[in-house]
Amino acid sequence: MELTMGSEPLLSVQNISKKFGGVLALSTVSLDVFRGDIVGIIGPNGSGKTTMVNAITGFIRADSGTVHFDGHNITNWQPHKIAAEGLTRTFQVMRPYFSLPAYKNLIVPLFSPRARKTGGWRGGGKMGSRDTVAVDILEEIGFERDSYVPFKTASSLPTGYLKRLELARCLALRPELIICDEVFSGLSMSEMASMVPLIEKLQMEGITLVMVEHRLRELFRLAGRVVVLNFGCKIAEGTAEEVMQYPEVKEAYFGSEEVYDYV
Amino acid sequence: MFGSKGDRRKERLDRGIKVRSDGVYAISSWREITYLIAPRLLFILGLALAPLALGAAPYWQRVISIICVYALLAIGFDFLANYVGLVSLGGGFYVGVGAYVSALLNTHYGIPPLLCVPLAMILGAVICTILFLPCLPLRGVYFAIVSLMYPLLAARIIEALDIFGGTDGILGVDGFPNIWLEQYILILSVIVIVFALRRLVEEDVGLVFRGVKDNDQAVKASGINITVYKALGVFIASSLGCLGGAWLTHMYMWAGLSQFALDFSIIPIAATVVGGGGTIVGPVIGCLILVPVSELLRDFGSLRIAVYSIILTAFIVFKSEGIMPYAARKYEQFERWVEI
Repeated sequence: MELTMGSEPLLSVQNISKKFGGVLALSTVSLDVFRGDIVGIIGPNGSGKTTMVNAITGFIRADSGTVHFDGHNITNWQPHKIAAEGLTRTFQVMRPYFSLPAYKNLIVPLFSPRARKTGGWRGGGKMGSRDTVAVDILEEIGFERDSYVPFKTASSLPTGYLKRLELARCLALRPELIICDEVFSGLSMSEMASMVPLIEKLQMEGITLVMVEHRLRELFRLAGRVVVLNFGCKIAEGTAEEVMQYPEVKEAYFGSEEVYDYV
Repeated sequence: MFGSKGDRRKERLDRGIKVRSDGVYAISSWREITYLIAPRLLFILGLALAPLALGAAPYWQRVISIICVYALLAIGFDFLANYVGLVSLGGGFYVGVGAYVSALLNTHYGIPPLLCVPLAMILGAVICTILFLPCLPLRGVYFAIVSLMYPLLAARIIEALDIFGGTDGILGVDGFPNIWLEQYILILSVIVIVFALRRLVEEDVGLVFRGVKDNDQAVKASGINITVYKALGVFIASSLGCLGGAWLTHMYMWAGLSQFALDFSIIPIAATVVGGGGTIVGPVIGCLILVPVSELLRDFGSLRIAVYSIILTAFIVFKSEGIMPYAARKYEQFERWVEI
């Protein structure tokens, strides 16, 4: 991380704010993500984590603030344009195409202009049909190749595979950066145990990751830097050990140590 | 109620021949080839031979052309609703635009009908797509409501501004040179369009369309502009409607306000319900049943609508899946009762 600190950040969010009616969901939050990093975003329920992801990826319009990605000002671009730049995301509530087999789910991203321009996964456009490329990506992400699983309908897959399918959809675009919105939630312990090395592998391949998480144990194993949100404000930033020392973070997660007199 | 003695349930199993003719090995035996081709051939020959069989009854020959026009609309409706996720009630608008464009091309520029029709199909579809662009962000029932306004609005505007012949319509449009040409080009286009669309929805681009219907947020997150694909879907569906409208104009040698009628929006939906949505061919079968029935019911006068509604209700209650999925199931699977 020290090596990349001096260079331009890959993703730079400056003072982003969003109001839903009277609720201030995000208030002047800033975030810099450098190439090759894994950055974690944590915070209690309703602290604005998913709102932040939505604002960065264009699914909602930010009221103020700017988002720069790879040198472009992508503030309030349409989602498909942002994805075409290489900034992809997974959804917290999985959004597969339920009626299609798992591998056919990847045909849609492989058909996108970005994937076609880059020739699909590992030059797959020329190496075979999109179907073969799709099965390759699924194998990469942990679908057993010779089993029946990649050919099962998405509606019959368990949560663990659907989370992987979400990641696979991002990978099909050959992304620079993936924002993972709670990939660990809803997984069993064994599924989670196999997901951690997968994320590490993606980082080794040069993909930058931003992880929004509730599961602190797995996140702290992966993330070099953690940002803590509470009520739409950034209350702490630093390494895992550092942020847990902040009194604001302790208060947000465990409640205040002061004893209130309610009488 | 669970597993008490004497309980039975229906077990469905794929027929052996269905499984054998699934892959490329089907071409190794005539029996499997026949199994695959027979239903398709029945559909093609049935449509193609209908005008010949009804040669003695010119009225019913004309009805076949009407069936084909409705079938085009119903195919478009089925494609938009079940593969792109836009429930469009704008059928009347597509027909009207196609009819007026073709009539104007013919009367103003003297283009022969057989050239007018494809021109009107493309030009009309472009007009429809551009006019529908503002409502493409809408989904489901909201798109249905707005699209229903288009045919109503278009008819009122033509009436109020007295353009394109006003309430009289455009008279003096050329007819087709030959009745057989008139019928067979239309029938051929229905057959070609059915098979082309069935192919399209299985291709990679078709999967993007289905993705837009299933889950448009995920398609956006995949770096694909969904508005482009929705517009493309509307273009395909409206080109079918415009083709039907242009054909009607030259068949009646007249383009008028009645071509914006709501029948063109409603009957395709009914046909899709009867034939089975999501099959593309089902709506054609639905039209083959509903349009002749509505012709036969003309004798009932005002009771016609009542009888028509009873038929529709019966279909929705007793065979809600539609004829085509039901027939396909019977063809591909056998059922038996088993003791639980």
